[in-house]
Amino acid sequence: MPVIFEKSGCGRSAYPMPEWKLDDADPIPPELLNDGVDLVEAGELDIVRHYTALSRMNFGVDTGMYPLGSCTMKYNPKINERVAALPGFTGLHPLASRGLSQGALEVLHGLSGLLCAITGMRRFSLAPAAGAHGELAGVMVIKKYFEKRGERRGVILIPDSAHGTNPASVAMCGFETREVPSTSEGDVDMEKLRSIVDQNVAAMMLTSPNTLGLFDRNTPAIANLLHDKGALFYCDGANLNALLGVVRVRDLGFDLMHINLHKTFSTPHGGGGPGSGPLGVCDELEPYLPVPVVLKGKDGFHLEYDRPDSIGRIHSFYGNFLVALRAFVYISMLGSEGIRDAGETAVLNANYLLSLLRKDYNLPVDRACMHEFVLNDKNMPGGVTTNDIAKRILDFGYHAPTVYFPLLIPGAIMIEPTETETREMLEAFAEAMIAIKREAETSPETVKTAPHTTPVGRVDAVLAARKPVLKWEP
Amino acid sequence: MKYTCGADADRAAMLASIGVRSVDELFAGIPKDFRLKGGLDLPEALSEIEVMRRMEELAGKNRPGRCFAGAGSYVHYLPAAVDALASRSEFYTAYTPYQAEVSQGTLTAIFEFQTFICRLTGMDVANASMYDGATALAESVLMSVGVSGKKTVAVADTLHPHYRRVLETYCWANDVEIRTAHGEAGVMMTPAADALDGASALIIQSPNFFGCVEDVSALSSAAHAAGAHSIVVVTEPHSLGLLAPPGKSGADIVCGEAQSFGNPVGFGGPALGMLAAGAGFMRRMPGRLVGRTVDSAGKEAYALTLQTREQHIRRERATSNICTNQGLCALRAAIYLSVLGNGIRKLAILNHKLAARCKKSLSSKGFRPVFERPYFNEFAVKIPGAPAVMKRLEEEGYVPGVHLGDYYEEYEDCVLICCTEMTGPDDMDGFAEAVARFAK
Repeated sequence: MPVIFEKSGCGRSAYPMPEWKLDDADPIPPELLNDGVDLVEAGELDIVRHYTALSRMNFGVDTGMYPLGSCTMKYNPKINERVAALPGFTGLHPLASRGLSQGALEVLHGLSGLLCAITGMRRFSLAPAAGAHGELAGVMVIKKYFEKRGERRGVILIPDSAHGTNPASVAMCGFETREVPSTSEGDVDMEKLRSIVDQNVAAMMLTSPNTLGLFDRNTPAIANLLHDKGALFYCDGANLNALLGVVRVRDLGFDLMHINLHKTFSTPHGGGGPGSGPLGVCDELEPYLPVPVVLKGKDGFHLEYDRPDSIGRIHSFYGNFLVALRAFVYISMLGSEGIRDAGETAVLNANYLLSLLRKDYNLPVDRACMHEFVLNDKNMPGGVTTNDIAKRILDFGYHAPTVYFPLLIPGAIMIEPTETETREMLEAFAEAMIAIKREAETSPETVKTAPHTTPVGRVDAVLAARKPVLKWEP
Repeated sequence: MKYTCGADADRAAMLASIGVRSVDELFAGIPKDFRLKGGLDLPEALSEIEVMRRMEELAGKNRPGRCFAGAGSYVHYLPAAVDALASRSEFYTAYTPYQAEVSQGTLTAIFEFQTFICRLTGMDVANASMYDGATALAESVLMSVGVSGKKTVAVADTLHPHYRRVLETYCWANDVEIRTAHGEAGVMMTPAADALDGASALIIQSPNFFGCVEDVSALSSAAHAAGAHSIVVVTEPHSLGLLAPPGKSGADIVCGEAQSFGNPVGFGGPALGMLAAGAGFMRRMPGRLVGRTVDSAGKEAYALTLQTREQHIRRERATSNICTNQGLCALRAAIYLSVLGNGIRKLAILNHKLAARCKKSLSSKGFRPVFERPYFNEFAVKIPGAPAVMKRLEEEGYVPGVHLGDYYEEYEDCVLICCTEMTGPDDMDGFAEAVARFAK
């Protein structure tokens, strides 16, 4: 597919430039000016056709089932988009005074309250722009908490099943990570954990349910163990969808957490963001939240900056406001019953899909799963690998599952159907997966050279990395 | 409202296939004492009609007004094609393009975005986006520190104060010391040698927080003479339609905010962080990079690349923890820049002339500019009793700029004013008159 720069024709323009008669401005010294720009000269129809063609080379939730594990690719309700396009929200400048922005502040305050009701936390900051940003802010809160207590603790514990962002966030705050092994049943190895939790451990980060799609049965015991040693317990809320309305994260003993609004609360992922990763904390950690926090006073809502123990500012303004707005709409529409229904149906759908696939695919950890489950390519015939299966499923009109993650399962195939897929869709997907298994037996080459029907064939990632071409040049 | 469609009969069949009697049994792994007995304490569910009414009411409590505020977030005209194309759901309901074969749309657009940013900044390599301008700066500093091994940076005091605060947060967490390099009369002066001594980088914003254009070449030379990187922050990238690309003026890293390319202000977010650098930084860049390659038939194709820098592979040794960025905003920027094209120069000149016109109108009413320096589309003006005047202007339907006194004691009566094509010549005169009326 040619890029827009190749569709440039001399003198074309698509921008409605106003023709105002204006005096010359105060001159800028010539050495501070450029000598012209060279971008694109394309007409509006050229541009519309170009990006329409590009969109048709993309796969989204609206295109088909998107069982990408740990990403919760549920349906993104259209009402969210309509509300997020209201000019009263889109056109509001972030430095408009408090009197001009009461509606926006009410949304931020309101969403924090809704998230607290769902998780049992004391307050949420909506400043983090993505899950990893929320984690980073969370680890900063942990750092500040011990700094204020005058304690030096240098280690944060992370299970071997964790998302890569966890250790990376920890490293960005000067902590050392120590990996905690899992048992063959997919829980944290308590014996090992007991032997490593000491006065140097600041916290442990646990994804709940974990990335094997399992609820760690030791969660409350881990909380007690950490708290006895004065350490904190962080919940990576990437998989919160499974717990909605069933259990509150705070009740399990977690002290702080982040939520991915673009996963659990139906805001679209945008092909790589914008997301939103609110950070929620318990009472004791509330003073350390990033500034500003939104408070409600006698005369309306305001942004509060006077918080001496805060970790400080983490965003140019207040986070991805228009994303938070969509999540606010979603929770407002679902209410308590709808939220619980979403969580329960997510778990029901995952277990049903697992029941359809377990005869044909290897299940490394065999337990009732939560919202997702992990298969792998062990015993696949014809030398077919996880990557081949992921590419072949694209030909059947589905997005691929998450592959080769979590790292502790070799050849992992991580499937998360979400609650918004129907029984018929789950069955059709299972049939496609089983058909691939049959192909692996009878005609493995078909699988190994897949995909065959996508806009481009299998993409050479090795070449992309060996000879990096990161911008277009004529 | 629910977006699930599990009929009772379906549920029964699904439970039978799983081999359990109830949905409750699926949650058996969660100790019973911890499970919620009743419902969540949430407001009554609303229908779509009710939620729309409620949200329109909330939107109505905001008053976006005729906006003369900039300072890192800019109201520009959004050509209709941008919304029409970016709201195609194949784009916005996709995830990060891990499966390149079904993500060529996103990947190609991001590759175009990287190209646009490189061309405008004069840099070799730009990433797929960062969260916003302030975190793009913080990550640029961490990249500089990672490369140089020096744990000190010098920051111009003309940097956006929010960026400074965010940088302080990240530097505190990473044990990096920040020194302030002082300027005068609204711009940075060549910093004293001791400010740069042992510094990993000098951070310059241009146009700076006060709207003044800095001498990036001279400042970069000073940084280089002290063995420091020159990091240039741009918060209003339309300025690059007119001003010299920082890459041609000695910048090693250019970062900042690209919201004003095709994205609404949206109360500050989603924003669009940009980060570009010289080729030497390529393997140290944070975030996603899209590269060109071929498919199995040798056809041109795009893919995420150089992923061994990233957290999902390198974990605690990654160049950053960033994962999800601002992809759709980058797509909007690519569409916007395609529409604007080389017209960016004309639009930049128009913005500059409008700012000049506004400055002149205010000046003719006796409100003097605070700094006599070259500017782009923002400038500071002295308005006696600014806070009270601004309040009155708000009542007249204006968002009357940014009160500098909120950030600096010495600028108590100063207001930062921004003009774009959204504040036309007629608006200027009305605005200047209103200021004069209320300042009496």
